[in-house]
Amino acid sequence: MQNSMIKKLSILSPILILILWEMLSRFHIIDERLFSSPLLILKVMLPLLISGELLFHMWISIKRIILGFLLGAVPGMVLGLSMGLFPFVRSFFQPLVSATFPIPKLALMPLILIIFGLGEVSKLVIIALGVFYLVLINTMSGVLNIEQIYLDVAKNYGAGKKEFYLTVAFPGALPMIFAGFKVAMGTALLLIVAAELSAAKAGIGWMIWRAYDMFDIETMFSALIVMSFLGFIFSYGLDLIEKLVIPWKNTEAE
Amino acid sequence: MPCHDTYIIKLENVSKVFKLDSSYIKALEDLNLSIYNGEFLCIVGPSGCGKSTLLRILAGLEEHTSGNLTIKREPSDKPLNSMVFQGDSLFPWMTVIDNASYGLKMQGVSKKERYEIAGEYLSKMGLEGFEKAYPHQLSGGMRQRVSVARAFASDPEILLMDEPFGSLDEQNKIILQQELLKIWEETRKTTIFVTHSIDEALLLGDRVIVMTTIPGKVKSVIEVNLSRPRDFSEIRSDSTFIALYQKIWRELREEVISDAVKTNL
Ligand SMILES: Nc1ncnc2c1ncn2[C@@H]1O[C@H](COP(=O)(O)OP(=O)(O)O)[C@@H](O)[C@H]1O
Ligand SMILES: [Mg+2]
Repeated sequence: MQNSMIKKLSILSPILILILWEMLSRFHIIDERLFSSPLLILKVMLPLLISGELLFHMWISIKRIILGFLLGAVPGMVLGLSMGLFPFVRSFFQPLVSATFPIPKLALMPLILIIFGLGEVSKLVIIALGVFYLVLINTMSGVLNIEQIYLDVAKNYGAGKKEFYLTVAFPGALPMIFAGFKVAMGTALLLIVAAELSAAKAGIGWMIWRAYDMFDIETMFSALIVMSFLGFIFSYGLDLIEKLVIPWKNTEAE
Repeated sequence: MPCHDTYIIKLENVSKVFKLDSSYIKALEDLNLSIYNGEFLCIVGPSGCGKSTLLRILAGLEEHTSGNLTIKREPSDKPLNSMVFQGDSLFPWMTVIDNASYGLKMQGVSKKERYEIAGEYLSKMGLEGFEKAYPHQLSGGMRQRVSVARAFASDPEILLMDEPFGSLDEQNKIILQQELLKIWEETRKTTIFVTHSIDEALLLGDRVIVMTTIPGKVKSVIEVNLSRPRDFSEIRSDSTFIALYQKIWRELREEVISDAVKTNL
């Protein structure tokens, strides 16, 4: 009973906020031109949705996020696994990673534009860069933190290098790899907006910036809503994949 | 009874020193011991005296610092040893059957065959129907059975067991001890079984080794002249059992007390 009460509350709060927002702007307590109102936004957003414009921009951004994510996550995972497994690889790359990881990826945007031009590639590269480091660092520490007992078992039962890689190191690091994916996805969403600021002609991020140029607050809010929806489906998708790939992950304490 | 001149493992003056950052721990010192082919050898000793270290050296997971370790083996495709580790050692990411057949997989046995062999040991350990479960879905006692099945399934020359039933409740322990003896009597594998329970050592072993406190060495070797198969419900009132129990208990007490005196000085 308590539980259903709590659930109802969590549905109630957003509705209350929306009503309050509508009221405040109706009675001019907040500036309608800056903060708009839920009904005004709906009035702009519905046609955008029906005409397919919103979906089109959404699709462009989704493609960029997924491609950029893969472009960063796959090499990050491979290098992270290798750095975790082989001390000589770790010694070689560790200083490079430590030196370049702290650079805010946004600060690299201009350089990336100069190198890769104004096209699609630089948008993918900036996302990939942000994703790469987070996945790499999580994967490496996932491998390094595999409990000693599992290494002992593998050795005692005669696992060779390749078998150890496949049966212990990789599955043992998977939970940390997924933790890395989730953090990296947040970063990818952040970077897509920045990437679409410069030299884009479409995408949700681009919509936000164009709405800014045109002082079109309602379109901007519509894009923000889509953005938050994207964040939701990507994290939901990752959770789903995680459940499929790591069926052994305990939901209780582990 | 095993024949006492065919040793399979011989330790001569084996010592093990762990090097820490700024100090050393001498875990084993001049340990001498012969282990015979086909015997069930139990090792008891105060906790922290180097029992696990000794097993890990026998398993090749740790190098001894000095002395000689000889392991005799005839040419065979069987693995030399399999260890049942102290505490949880199943891979959480593998199902019960994949865990139990891990050793066989490493030996290159086909999936069908290794599932068959491992499945047999699992059902011997009372785990039929749990093959597809993951370790976190099992109780501690069931997980321990899987690791025993894993060790047997890989069919080694020597079985090493490090307090395998140490954390189990009494009922589970008795059932597993009986199941273990049943399988052991079928296979007669050389088994080295570390325990902190005198009772368990006498129920299972052909010989019991009592170790000193750290640095561990052999304090005494006790022959357990109790016939097999052993009836657990009767054996505890056997006069030989009682006499041996008291003998080992006194030896262990000496060690624990001497240790307490040492640390209080
Ligand atoms: N890897 C290690 N590094 C340093 N010291 C260790 C290590 N393994 C065991 N020791 C020490 O060696 C001693 C014996 O440990 P162990 O063999 O686990 O004892 P037991 O199994 O008899 O309880 C203990 O003092 C322990 O702290
Ligand atoms: Mg121990």
